[in-house]
Amino acid sequence: MSPSDVPAIEVRQATKRFGSLQALGGVDLEIRQGEFFALLGPNGAGKTTLISALAGLQRLSSGSIRVMGHDVVSDYRAARRALGVVPQELVFDPFFSVRELLRIQSGYFGLRRNDDWVDELLVSLDLASKADTNMRALSGGMKRRVLVAQALVHRPPVIVLDEPTAGVDVELRQTLWQFIRRLNADGHTIVLTTHYLEEAEELCTRIAMLKAGRIVALDSTAGILRRVSQRVLRVRVEAAAALPLALAGLGAELEADLIRVPFETHDQIEGLLGRVREAGLRVQEVEISRPDLEQAFIEIMQGAGA
Amino acid sequence: MSGFRTLLYKETLRFWKVSFQTVGAPVLTSVLYLMIFGHVLEGRLQPFDGVSYTGFLIPGLVMMSVLQNAFANSSSSLIQSKITGNIVFVLLPPISWFEFFSAYVVASVLRGVVVGTGVWLVSLGFASTGVAHPLWALAFVVLGAGLLATLGVIAGIWADKFDQLAAFQNFLIMPLTMLSGVFYSIHSLPPVWQKVSHLNPFFFMIDGFRFGIFGQSDASPWLSLAIVASALLALVAISLAMLRSGYKLRG
Ligand SMILES: Nc1ncnc2c1ncn2[C@@H]1O[C@H](COP(=O)(O)OP(=O)(O)OP(=O)(O)O)[C@@H](O)[C@H]1O
Ligand SMILES: [Mg+2]
Repeated sequence: MSPSDVPAIEVRQATKRFGSLQALGGVDLEIRQGEFFALLGPNGAGKTTLISALAGLQRLSSGSIRVMGHDVVSDYRAARRALGVVPQELVFDPFFSVRELLRIQSGYFGLRRNDDWVDELLVSLDLASKADTNMRALSGGMKRRVLVAQALVHRPPVIVLDEPTAGVDVELRQTLWQFIRRLNADGHTIVLTTHYLEEAEELCTRIAMLKAGRIVALDSTAGILRRVSQRVLRVRVEAAAALPLALAGLGAELEADLIRVPFETHDQIEGLLGRVREAGLRVQEVEISRPDLEQAFIEIMQGAGA
Repeated sequence: MSGFRTLLYKETLRFWKVSFQTVGAPVLTSVLYLMIFGHVLEGRLQPFDGVSYTGFLIPGLVMMSVLQNAFANSSSSLIQSKITGNIVFVLLPPISWFEFFSAYVVASVLRGVVVGTGVWLVSLGFASTGVAHPLWALAFVVLGAGLLATLGVIAGIWADKFDQLAAFQNFLIMPLTMLSGVFYSIHSLPPVWQKVSHLNPFFFMIDGFRFGIFGQSDASPWLSLAIVASALLALVAISLAMLRSGYKLRG
């Protein structure tokens, strides 16, 4: 097996119990090198628990995890060197300045002359002007960017970001994603969790959805979107007093001059438009709503049962 | 080993940056003890031949500061990191549990030694004791500080809240130091309490250190050395076992 065939992350039958609570119920997951991968799921689904096990912060009740082929327990040194984790909680060490912290973090990984890369991180994350500021004096969004920088001091091939954009303003979110995309283009594997589904849809090529500690969907982003059964046809008409009866029966709605009709397959469209015309309405504009990840998420979570 | 070196550097920098509280305050406390007890008891007690009471008190106070600060350093650093969550920055890198343990202990021994040295320097303004056996004195400082630093690691890992740590400090460390013969020679105690004092490892640390300073002590320095070293080994074994199992740190 050549090195590039080794999965970036390989999770085998991972379970984790906290007392009687089953936080992970047998997760199998393989993430290839170079992927931009999203781990999605509602609050309490087990995303952070999985990431903690991956990072060696928590031990699995059973199962195993490898990072770049290194078992996170038996070969923890190599596994941790290959992994950079941005934790979900906004944690920081109040005793140090940003630059001191990044130097210390480099030292933990055995990197004693890392200032060039630290400077690059500071610039890329728009922190250069805060380099000598104490952590206590940073805003929440800035602290989050320091967390990202800390995770990257050792240039890990695999980068895991647990809700990196929570509390970060729009502009900085753009800066952050631009930077992460560049890292991905340079060959880094990116795994992220987020509750902003449009972010995941835009950035990630593959998605796993987790619910109550189990994977309920695992597919390419396009594949996940194709699963959305419900689409909506929007027809703008010239002056409609009431919804045509022929459409009302299909669950359509009228709002001012806009008729919204749900449908499932594209061969229904012709027929629907025909009914609009038959009702004597003149069609001005037609739009088919693109299925989005939010819709897919809702359907998959509902479909996955309680 | 550079993970160890960096963690040691960080732990040292941490207490040094707030040295006003971590070094200055304990030195002041000891000076107050020295002034008050020295003043009140000078001439009334003379535990050792040829040694004034203030002279007798100084090594006790030096050692008490060494021990208390070594404990305070590792335990408070760990609990703060745990409660604020920034312990993850140490848990994520490839640092072994042995490096982790050593860095916290060595930094805490350093703080103990720095504070002890500060107390000793200030005490020179009250009485000069000389040092009869420097190696014995150093051995007890290092072993005692190591023992308390290790106990601090155990307490810091075990405690989930600051008040649990405070209980550890107030109900274990404080009584054991206060009853260890810092302020009196145990030979001045009734026989029963002399026996009880012999169950207190702190007594042997302070008595052994006094031997280093004066060349005389209540117990044989070899016995003290054996007891302190065994207690240290036992606590090291416990704390390494805790760290290896990931107890409370890696759920
Ligand atoms: N240390 C812990 N002790 C007990 N239960 C825990 C612990 N950590 C997590 N849990 C439980 O495990 C489950 C999964 O939690 P986890 O933090 O992994 O969820 P998540 O998917 O990251 O959620 P969120 O989107 O809110 O971050 C939850 O029910 C949580 O209460
Ligand atoms: Mg989470």
